[in-house]
Amino acid sequence: MLSRRDFLQVAAATAAFVPGGWSQAFAQQRLTQAELLRFEATGNVTLLHIADLHGQLRPLLFREPAINIGVGDAKGLVPHISGRVLLDHYRIAPGSPSAYALSSEDFAALAKSYGRLGGLDRIATIVKAVRAERGDRVLLLDGGDTWQNSYTSLITKGQDMVDCLALLKPDAMTGHWEFTLGAERVKELIEKLGFKFLAQNIRDTEWNEPAFEAMSTFDRGGVRIAVIGQAFPYTPIANPRWMIPNWSFGIREDELRANVTKARNGGADLVVLLSHNGFDVDRKLASRVSGIDVILTAHTHDALPEAVKVGKTLLIASGCHGKFVSRLDLDIRDRQVKGYRFKLIPVFSDIIPADAEMAATVSRIRAPHEAMLGETIGKTESLLYRRGNFNGTLDDIICDALLSERDAEIALSPGFRWGTSLLPGQGITREDIYNATAITYPATYRMTMSGARLKEILEDVADNLFNPDPYYQQGGDMVRVGGMSYTIDVDKPIGSRLSDLMVTRTGKPLEPARDYLVTGWASVNEGTEGPPVWDVVMRHIEKKRVVTASPTSRIRVLQK
Amino acid sequence: MKRSFDRRQVLTWGAGVAAIAALGIPGGPAHAKNDVEEVIAKFTGGKTPTTGKVKLDLPEIAENGNTVPMTVAVESPMTTESYVSDVLVVTDGNPRAGVAVFHFSPASGVAEANTRIRLATSQNIIAVAKMNDGSFFTATKAVKVTIGGCGG
Repeated sequence: MLSRRDFLQVAAATAAFVPGGWSQAFAQQRLTQAELLRFEATGNVTLLHIADLHGQLRPLLFREPAINIGVGDAKGLVPHISGRVLLDHYRIAPGSPSAYALSSEDFAALAKSYGRLGGLDRIATIVKAVRAERGDRVLLLDGGDTWQNSYTSLITKGQDMVDCLALLKPDAMTGHWEFTLGAERVKELIEKLGFKFLAQNIRDTEWNEPAFEAMSTFDRGGVRIAVIGQAFPYTPIANPRWMIPNWSFGIREDELRANVTKARNGGADLVVLLSHNGFDVDRKLASRVSGIDVILTAHTHDALPEAVKVGKTLLIASGCHGKFVSRLDLDIRDRQVKGYRFKLIPVFSDIIPADAEMAATVSRIRAPHEAMLGETIGKTESLLYRRGNFNGTLDDIICDALLSERDAEIALSPGFRWGTSLLPGQGITREDIYNATAITYPATYRMTMSGARLKEILEDVADNLFNPDPYYQQGGDMVRVGGMSYTIDVDKPIGSRLSDLMVTRTGKPLEPARDYLVTGWASVNEGTEGPPVWDVVMRHIEKKRVVTASPTSRIRVLQK
Repeated sequence: MKRSFDRRQVLTWGAGVAAIAALGIPGGPAHAKNDVEEVIAKFTGGKTPTTGKVKLDLPEIAENGNTVPMTVAVESPMTTESYVSDVLVVTDGNPRAGVAVFHFSPASGVAEANTRIRLATSQNIIAVAKMNDGSFFTATKAVKVTIGGCGG
């Protein structure tokens, strides 16, 4: 870890090669832990929120999206602004620590100055500091997507995350990727959790009875708080249903209304929805279900430095991968929110010291695998990242690997929003590949598919992303394609968004009636056969030694 | 090695794909109309039902198109003076529109029924309620039967 002195020197040195006019801004940076945590406390309750850790225990690089299109009523609204527009909207100085943490602007250059974010040991330091300051007023809530998508979380079936989170002593959580561990494992982990796993929107498929506790109440700072859990409504559609055959999800607005009423009638002064709906779904929900004071959003990985208000409901978006901890202080009197103050605390790992207890636990968990995970298998010449509506350079590498290792004409790779970023010139480790691919259904299929069928699949996924009604959206991004290109008009209805589908190898249009050899991974179907995707990607990188991906997309995007 | 798979086995990424393929309807809900208008017209005797009073509860996106939970409820005091006598449920995208007709009487207490229905593809589900005074009320709900879940 860099000391503060080292950090400032690095920052000063970096100033020389960032675009003109910013060097002064760099020189003026005086980041300290005190400044990162500075907060003028207000009211009688403090909510701390983390979400979408995706199995990440250590500090990491994560570039936010340069393109995040909003449709329907959400068009042009946060979180659907990115890059410079986002910085201007929040009056954030380019090149500042906040600009680095919240946007894609000059990511590679700024990463060298500001380093990695996150790390559960740093988060523990922040949580302890806030608890020390606010005592019994603090409630810590985990929005889910915590137990999966890293190597150690995959091979320990989520145990590593459960053990580390236990040290943070959260008060409740909800879930999404957790369910890809399968129903039995989920039940087993919840049994020993020591805190509540809440999900008002999961029912058993047989009798339509609640499968999980819907809500829990807490007394904090003299305030009775009801926390209602909302798991990702489309888990059995976006992820394998066969792993959780007896659970049915959905948004379940009516049940939520009933639970809010029950909470209020039960004496709750403050009603919090701990949600994994995704931001746009929660924004619509807030406009239709009254009585919720705060929605702690998740799933869509948006990091917003200010609360968004819908009617009387405050929406908080806390980012992903441990980059941020949200702190929301609330002044609750007469069972109403009389005032609030919010801060999205960026977890700069070079500034915030590690909590010793958490650091030791993380090291112990990683020790047996550290050498293997740290092994460099190649190098990247270009910036590799995941986020973006239609492609990411890291996904391009995955698609290249699929095409060459599986000898296919077209590759499909899921539009997951998790996975760490790599800087130009950086060595690629095995862990970097696991961070982008670690799932419980990793088989790389290979099959023939007609051009018409391919288009049908792409249209279907596009509608899951760009349907103007958020309740019909599933979150995530567009399925990535290798070996082909297309034009997409996001404003069109399903079936007519895509045009100009071209096969790269032949330079000819995709023929509806012709069969193509297609490879891909993360099929939700039971019994899918093929090697795990991480093996395929690592083999490709080991052969190539050096990989590169152009930031220029092969996808042409149209929107009014 | 090259393998070809049964469509049912591979990369359906969700429910209902086999059914869409069988119908030969590319691109989801841009489907051909079935006999939905005739079935409704026959039920209402040609009257146009008024929107309202009927509530259809279905998921926005089906988890499994072969068995989609559906609840239909109609606002009514359910007295001998004023009650719901029949509720027709139809779809506009299945090979045939008809799903169910539920019969009620004042003794039913409430006009509510739930069952599970099969949806071949993304489409609208329409419920039409017949009141004892001969008036008709209706509600529509679109349900997506998706093939491309990649959320995350």
